[in-house]
Amino acid sequence: MNMQERAPEEKQADFEARINRGERIEPGDWMPEEYRKSLIRMIGQHAHSEIVGQLPEGKWIPYAPGFRRKLTLIAKVQDEAGHGQLLYRAAETLGKSREEMMDELLTGKAKYANVFNYPTPTWADVGAIGWLVDTSAVINQTMIAQGSYGPYARAMKRICYEESFHIKQGYDLIVAMANGIPEQRSMVQDAINRWWYPTLMMSGPPDSLSLHSKQALKWKIKTKSNEQVRQEFVDLIVPQIRALGLDVPDKECYYDEKTGHHHYTQPDWEELKRVVSGDGPCNAERLAVRRQAHEEGRWVREALAAKGEKNRQDRSAA
Amino acid sequence: MTDTQWETYEVFHQTKKGDAHIHVGSVHAPDPQMALQLARDQFARRLKCTSLWVVPSRCVTATNYQDEDFFAQTTDKSYRDPKAFGAPDKLDPHAD
Repeated sequence: MNMQERAPEEKQADFEARINRGERIEPGDWMPEEYRKSLIRMIGQHAHSEIVGQLPEGKWIPYAPGFRRKLTLIAKVQDEAGHGQLLYRAAETLGKSREEMMDELLTGKAKYANVFNYPTPTWADVGAIGWLVDTSAVINQTMIAQGSYGPYARAMKRICYEESFHIKQGYDLIVAMANGIPEQRSMVQDAINRWWYPTLMMSGPPDSLSLHSKQALKWKIKTKSNEQVRQEFVDLIVPQIRALGLDVPDKECYYDEKTGHHHYTQPDWEELKRVVSGDGPCNAERLAVRRQAHEEGRWVREALAAKGEKNRQDRSAA
Repeated sequence: MTDTQWETYEVFHQTKKGDAHIHVGSVHAPDPQMALQLARDQFARRLKCTSLWVVPSRCVTATNYQDEDFFAQTTDKSYRDPKAFGAPDKLDPHAD
């Protein structure tokens, strides 16, 4: 039967049946407009987060203690740029151009992860981002890799592999400092104290406050709720923090034998709203740096475009 | 601002000489040479890669998932499968 002749309800029923069977949806397939829009929004925000995510750590590249740490950090930041590009490509398959998305980021219209709007005043922050933030990111992204949209899920597979290196290098850096002199130890503890709540917020508001969660779960855009992802993160990271003799900055955080999970204090959801809407400690700085980088790269893009044009002319003349 | 879009190239990589090239993704680039450079940075910055191909995405012609009839088989084609043949190892001595 020809799909074009079918009623929208029928198409939607087919679409949902495919998702329930665990099939992947691919770019040319029929999909509800709301599914397309949700994915464009989600993948776009994810891509922006990778791009802006280069900045808090990138500023430490010139000051990294030693060549190994410096090379590692450069590689990590390069990965974030690569992830951003992979994700922009995945979003483009849904009909929005990379240029449009980049413009939205540069003009401050786009949203991205809250966590990259916090400052990185010490070297321990580089470790804390790799260890805490990227652990939370991998839990989220492993979940998305199981999702229903083919190009997004496939991009996640590659990204998760690289993120596991990010976690390892962050943890390695933290352990080195935790084994160091008291000043280094307290620097690590201070970083954990500052990153704890922003990292908890990163998984998104509780399901009761989340606008898109229910539909996203139904269509397997996500396969776990924000609460599930956050709980998984807490259960994984709390024992790691304590094993290093460091403190979880939450007096109410304990392992509940009855539930088999850690109880923890909810972060300030108003703060998340503020930071994501542009009013965090570093939003203005991040966008300013991003815009400057975009402008400073303009001559490179122009030169490349001119060279591409010349090659085309040479080929057609030959 | 219209200087970041460019066209896209599909990227195929080969991880061992003699193996097939496998599709891994795509990049935006102003020309094929630059596409190769960007493909290397994007898809070959870690694991071993012995060869890369880039093909303008517009040159790819693909089937449509919704056109399932395209792959429909109207007749039984099991005779194309080696498992469809069950002749014994020896001849039957009682056969005429």
